[in-house]
Amino acid sequence: MPVMTIHEAVTRRLEVLAPDGTVDEALMPQLDREQVETMHRWMLLGRTLDAKAITLQRQGRMGTWASLRGQEAVQVGAVAAMEDDDWLIPAFREHVAMIVRGVPGETLLAYWAGDERGSAFPPGTRVFPVPVPVGSQFPHAAGVGMSLRMRGEQAVAVAFIGDGSTSEGDFHEGMNFAGVFRANTVFIVQNNQWAISVPLSRQTASETLAQRAWGYGFPGIQVDGNDVFAVYAACRGAFERARTGGGPTLIEAVTYRMGDHTTADDASRYRDPEEVASWAQRDPLDRLRRFMEGRGWWDDTRQAAAETAAAEVVEEMVARMMAMEPQPPREIFGHMFARMPEYLEEQASELEREVER
Amino acid sequence: MSTTTAVETTVAETRRETSRRTLVQAVRDAMAEAMRRDPSVLVMGEDVGPNGGVFRATEGLYEEFGPERVIDTPLAESGIVGTAIGMAMTGWRPVVEIQFMGFVYPAINQILAHAARMRNRTRGRFGVPMVIRMPYGGGIHAPEHHSESYEALFVHSPGIKVVVPSTPADAKGLLLEAIFDDDPVLFLEPKRIYRSSRDEVPEGSHRVPIGPARLARKGRDVTLIAWGAMVPQALAAAELLARDGVEAEVLDLRTLDPMDRGAIVESVGRTGRAVVVHEAPRQAGVGAEISALIMERCLLQLLAPVRRVTGFDTVMPLARMERLYLPHRDRIVAAVRETLEF
Repeated sequence: MPVMTIHEAVTRRLEVLAPDGTVDEALMPQLDREQVETMHRWMLLGRTLDAKAITLQRQGRMGTWASLRGQEAVQVGAVAAMEDDDWLIPAFREHVAMIVRGVPGETLLAYWAGDERGSAFPPGTRVFPVPVPVGSQFPHAAGVGMSLRMRGEQAVAVAFIGDGSTSEGDFHEGMNFAGVFRANTVFIVQNNQWAISVPLSRQTASETLAQRAWGYGFPGIQVDGNDVFAVYAACRGAFERARTGGGPTLIEAVTYRMGDHTTADDASRYRDPEEVASWAQRDPLDRLRRFMEGRGWWDDTRQAAAETAAAEVVEEMVARMMAMEPQPPREIFGHMFARMPEYLEEQASELEREVER
Repeated sequence: MSTTTAVETTVAETRRETSRRTLVQAVRDAMAEAMRRDPSVLVMGEDVGPNGGVFRATEGLYEEFGPERVIDTPLAESGIVGTAIGMAMTGWRPVVEIQFMGFVYPAINQILAHAARMRNRTRGRFGVPMVIRMPYGGGIHAPEHHSESYEALFVHSPGIKVVVPSTPADAKGLLLEAIFDDDPVLFLEPKRIYRSSRDEVPEGSHRVPIGPARLARKGRDVTLIAWGAMVPQALAAAELLARDGVEAEVLDLRTLDPMDRGAIVESVGRTGRAVVVHEAPRQAGVGAEISALIMERCLLQLLAPVRRVTGFDTVMPLARMERLYLPHRDRIVAAVRETLEF
């Protein structure tokens, strides 16, 4: 009996924008100056918001915050490729993606300040709330993609996950369902190298995360996650494929978590400073700025103006978050069910009596 | 204090066409009826399609509604519940089947961490209108992990309703109510009595509200509180006790969360004695909650301590010894006699 090759798969990596700001013109997606400046504005907003939230946390005015610094290009490249009817199923670090997709900044900040209203997005916002048990959102994303496909909607469910969460069973189950049912879902792994203190080498023996897609019957692609154009181009293609019934794609965006895991973490305990420094050379924002400068679209004056504008937007978000009235105690009970059962009515009254005392 | 009385539902009250159905057939009828009425209702699970479910609970649904609405899924409980959550949050009403309650563990994260919390998490922006059906309980000589009763895990956890019918008519009425409920409902089907009797079940849209208990038998001396497959055992015990002139009242809770506390308090307040019967282990079982409730609200009416007739705090034995584990008529009778002689 012959030994036959019955499966061969090639996993590709896409890079468009080099750290020096030059692009591969053949691979460069169709983007005009306004679109590129918008991407830059969103990335800068992400970075500015991140710094502000960490400051607020240090001042005791914010709960735990999960930093997105260094990962702005993945989020912005993906949401820039989304259409109005698409759904975003975030993990927990996708702050700027959520804001671009319609979550008010003050709402997002309220979530991290410990207020349930932080997941009460405006009606019609096609964004799922933050799922804390990591990886558990992948089956949801498969379900949303199945839902869109069954209704014949030309829309895509875009789900984020981290490299650590690819070890979870739900990573497998979500991707498997999406493959079997040819769901309108695109899965994006933000491979930022670290799951708190555990490096990628402890999550998988696989050479790349992208190649894991082949086991589910759909393609995977790796992109330079600090290259907003590569992320955008890969997403644009994958989203279009999913919207038109072509099924899911897994996109592995290789990036780096420049900050601590959260404000409750100290990454200097387990990371080599040289590694952090080397990734700083590949900063996604610097890279995009160099590209814009090279095109003659950008200079120090414009940069300063953009930074001021971003800071103003963030200050307004923070002010609106701070101005939120506290929730009445009864709100603890008010949303457990569509109608409050008698036993919760009793317990709500019990708490109200205690608070009045 | 609430003083509601358990609802007595009789077929006569509904004045509808009825047919004689087993409990599992009634479950099937409820899904078929819901799917005919509402195109957003879907059935998902392992073997629910052409096979009609391992217990035939979805028999004929695939033929009537097709593969788009009766979805055979990969063999993965977390994936089944997780994808159903995504679908429920985007406009569908999935009715998912977990093949046996013993296999629910991999799905518990999705059920408790997401389905049960999504409405609260989002301050009501997203609900998860989903039913998770699962056959539960022992008595059918099945292999390991096929006979468990884990209802206490879910009753303890906030945000999910837990329903357990014990009659065909209630199975249909409660399942229809569960499917059209805007919150997740865990629907436990006592597989031991799936086919043990046929009852008159109303045709069409028969609804039984989630919450109220059913007064299965009136009595004045002691209240037997049971659900699922323990209800027939409690009724058999009451029958035997009646021969000696002891009139046992039997309360079929039907819904464990939200529990009909009013009906329990009203009945035990009247009889002064209570025996709680469940298959699940005793320690921190639902019987403990009921016992605490009675102590809190009926202390001065009590003539004897509350007794619990339950499974043991052991792993459910395999087929050859399961009859030693499961509460049965005579064990209930003995507990009642001790209560009377206290």
